[in-house]
Order: sequence, then structure tokens, then C-alpha cells
Amino acid sequence: MLVIVLMASAMLGAERLPLFDLNEQQRSILFDIRLPRILLGACVGASLAVAGAGLQSLLRNPLAEPYLLGVSNGAALGTMLAFVFFQSLEITRPLLAFAGAGLATIAVYRMAKSRAGMNVERLVLSGVIVTTFLSSVIVMLTTLLDAAKLRSFTFWLLGDLSQATRNGVYLSAGAVIVGTVILMSQARALNLMMVGERDAFDFGVEVGRVRMLVFGASSLVVGAAVAASGSVGYVGLIVPHLVRLTVGSDNRLVVPFSAIAGAVFVVFADTIARTAIAPRELPVGAVTALIGAPLFIYLLRKN
Amino acid sequence: MLEIKDISVSYGEREVLSDVSLTLREGGIIALLGANGAGKTTLIRALNGTLPLSKGEIVLDGRQIAGISRREISRNIAVVAQENETRFPVTVLEFVLSGRFVHGNAFGWESIADVEFARNALNDCDLDEFESRLMNHLSGGERQRVVLARAIATNARILLLDEPTANLDLAHQALMFRLVRERCRSSNYSAIVITHDLNLASEFADDIIMLREGRIAAAGKAEEVLTVGNIRECFAVDVLLDTHPASGNVRVTSVF
Repeated sequence: MLVIVLMASAMLGAERLPLFDLNEQQRSILFDIRLPRILLGACVGASLAVAGAGLQSLLRNPLAEPYLLGVSNGAALGTMLAFVFFQSLEITRPLLAFAGAGLATIAVYRMAKSRAGMNVERLVLSGVIVTTFLSSVIVMLTTLLDAAKLRSFTFWLLGDLSQATRNGVYLSAGAVIVGTVILMSQARALNLMMVGERDAFDFGVEVGRVRMLVFGASSLVVGAAVAASGSVGYVGLIVPHLVRLTVGSDNRLVVPFSAIAGAVFVVFADTIARTAIAPRELPVGAVTALIGAPLFIYLLRKN
Repeated sequence: MLEIKDISVSYGEREVLSDVSLTLREGGIIALLGANGAGKTTLIRALNGTLPLSKGEIVLDGRQIAGISRREISRNIAVVAQENETRFPVTVLEFVLSGRFVHGNAFGWESIADVEFARNALNDCDLDEFESRLMNHLSGGERQRVVLARAIATNARILLLDEPTANLDLAHQALMFRLVRERCRSSNYSAIVITHDLNLASEFADDIIMLREGRIAAAGKAEEVLTVGNIRECFAVDVLLDTHPASGNVRVTSVF
């Protein structure tokens, strides 16, 4: 499935490419523009989906999602700070994105947790507060940018894969592999955490360690994804949900299947974003949000 | 095997458990009685290493529990708590298998032996038909039996049961207590059971401990503990006592 979508996506676009016999110009479109973008899309999708799957189980909340919890915005702010203050040092972007994602995660977790525990509403509300706060800081920072940069930045903020570079792909791929392996290693513990923290503790899970690893791994993958492509929303919500409908709730299956399905979903959404009004483009985040927001409302009502 | 020496537990300034001592022997069942807020659940949580002690010590097989890893404690002590709810669609078998967590490595999947433990536990709890049902589709009583099945599946030698029969019908109350007693008699397991049913305590427990405001008000055999005076002191109710015609144990009847 992943392979088919990747190949179809490679051929479709403003300039339609044949499967074989490419000429010089077509090869350049494929290898320099389209392929990095598709691979980055796959990495970003996998990242956001596994982060969603991990956070949902950890927080016992099917609505937890990097974008809605403000984790993506934390990463976006980090990236932006790096962009504004350390423009020449590209490596600072993913690093600060990682730090921003981590801080936002901890902030939301602290706000949502009360002595009585953590309920769905409190968590979503804390996410909204952190998200809007970070958004306003980001908007203030955009005033420091000149007009030309502003447009590409607005696009990036909405989730945009058009700036894909080879280095971005390598970095994202590295992060998603490390993050997924960490999450997989905690999958069985997460199965117990889904039922309750205290319960998991009773049955031998070192809750604090698992929480730290899952927060760390999600911040890592979200940081790398956001630094490369901005805040693509709702992937972490839709994908694990659909995966659970198919394979059940066992995180040892949910995490790897979410990685694959997330990659397929974002590449698919980006293909729509590239082709729907070609030669103009939509930000991929707009497409995922268009699909994700109604699903979110549906899940909220069902809960 | 489990010794509690003079422990106290505080929530902030407030001491909720004061100078409690007890010994759980192999094969023994202790019933923990007391009014709401007397400290029963707190005591169970402290025994399991979940709550920090402000004083005293808990010794498991000659070792201080404070120095034992989480996994090892859970291998020896299983808890049946009051609340277990999940928003995710988890099947009964998956839930019971999660009790085998402490026996596997982190990456690993359950072994055939793990599945066998889980199936036997389900069978013990009269849940054979429920294996592939979803937890959030079960009734309160059914879920409670699944929670007990998970504790049994851990194969831990000590069971801590917090009101295990609260939602159960008469038949399953008896089944649950009989099951716990048989395990304790035949394979040297032991259990501490919180219950509000004084008669079940009288029938099934070897020793009874009655808590009042975080302290032990009475401890010993049923006939020593279940007295009109003790029950009035701990529960503020008057009762009549007589002998159960079938078992010969103390029987308590409330006077309204």
C-alpha cells in the first residue's frame, strides 16, 4: 500500500510523469523536487501518527494529538526562534523544535493533571490554551520577518512540504526511526498505561520512566517533523484511530501500523494538495485538517 | 511472608494511617474491615509500595519493600483495585494477559505459557465465554471478575483485594471468595481482602483486622473481633450476633 501510494504520488503532479523513459527535465523533477517531498511527507506522516498513538495511550485519551495538544506549536515556535535568531545555523531549527515540543508537552501535562487525575476535557482545554498562547507568540515573531519570507512562513505554519530538502529527509527519517523504536519498546507498558497509571504501576510498570520515554520520543519525532514541514494537523488523531479500528488496541501493533498508515495518509494528502488546483498548491496541513476536524468532532461526541 | 511493622502514612499534614502492624502468613487470608475513610484502601496501597511511608517498614520475605524493584514487587503482589476503566477497545483476553507483563521482557510478546495462565485464570473466574469480548462492553460485575482474573494470571503469591465483591451478584460473591480461599489453601498463596460484608469476612478469613480512623481497633479471629462493642465503635451501628447454623461461624445481623 505504502509503495503503491508512493509511486502514484511520484507520477502525479502539475507535471505528470511516465513510469519509465524519463527525459532529463523529468528526471530532475522526480529526483530533486518530487522524491524528497514524497519521502519527507512519508516521514512526517509516520512521525505524527506514532506520536499520536503513543500520547493517546499514555494519557488514556483518544483525542490526544500533537497538533491539538500544542506540541506541534511548541516545535513551531522553536523552529521560528531558530529561524529568526540563528538564521545561518540550520541545525538549530530541529534542535529548538525538539526543545519546544518537549516543553509544550510538559506544560500541557502539568496543566491537565489535577489531584483527581486527568479527564478528557481538562486535557483538551489545556492543549487549546497552550496552542493559542504559542500561536500568539508565533504571530508576534512574524512581525520581525520581511514580506517575502512572511508568505512562505505562513504556508509553513499551516503545514507545507514544498520546502523539502535531502537533509530534511535524512533528519526526519533518522528521528522517526529512533522515535518509533523507543515507542515500540514501551508498547507493552503502554498497553497497561491505557487502563490507568496507578493500575499500570500495580502491575509492574515503572510509570515515570515510561512517561519520560514516550514524551521524549514524541517530542523528538514531532520536533523533526515540524522543523521540516510546519504543523500538519490531525494526522496523529485520524491515523491511530483508524488503525485501532483495524488491528485492535494492542500498541505493539498500533505503533508500527500507525507509522505506515501515517506515511500513506500524508503522502496521499500532499498529492491532493499538489494536484487539486495545479499548478497552484495548497498547504498539506489544510488538506489533513479538512479531513481531521470533522472526525475530531465525531470522536468528541462519541466520548 | 509479608510483615508490616508500625507503619504510618500521611497525606500532607494529615496522618491517615497510624502505627499499623500486621503479619500475613503463607496460606492466610486477612479481612480488612472498617467504615468509609478508615484507611483500608490506604493500607493496601502502602503494602503494594504505591504510597510512601512516613514511619515503619514493610518486609517481604525478609527484605525491605522500599529496596525492591517495581517489577519484583509486582511479581509477588497483585492488586485487585476498585476502578478500572479504559476508553480504548481492549478485549478481555488482552486485559488479563497484561497481568503477565512482569514476566516478559519489554519488547516481547506473550509466550504460550502466558496465554495458558490467562486462560486458566479466566476459567477460574467463570469467564471462558468472555475471552474476545471488549472490556468496555461488560457489566460492572463482569469487569470486576476480569480484574480478579488478571490478578490471578500474574501468579503473584500475595493478592490484595479492594472490595472485590462490591458489584457482584450472590453466586459470584461466593465464587470469588471460594476461589481466593482455595488458592490460599492449596498453593500457599495469601490474601488481604477489604470488604464491607462482615459475614463474608467471618466465613472466609483466618484473621480479621478492624480499622478505625487509621488505627487498628481490633485484630484476631472472627469471634474475637466481631463483637457488639467493636462493631458499634467502628461502624456506629448496633448489631445482633449469633452462630451461623451451617458453618458455625459468627453471624452478624444489623438492627435498624
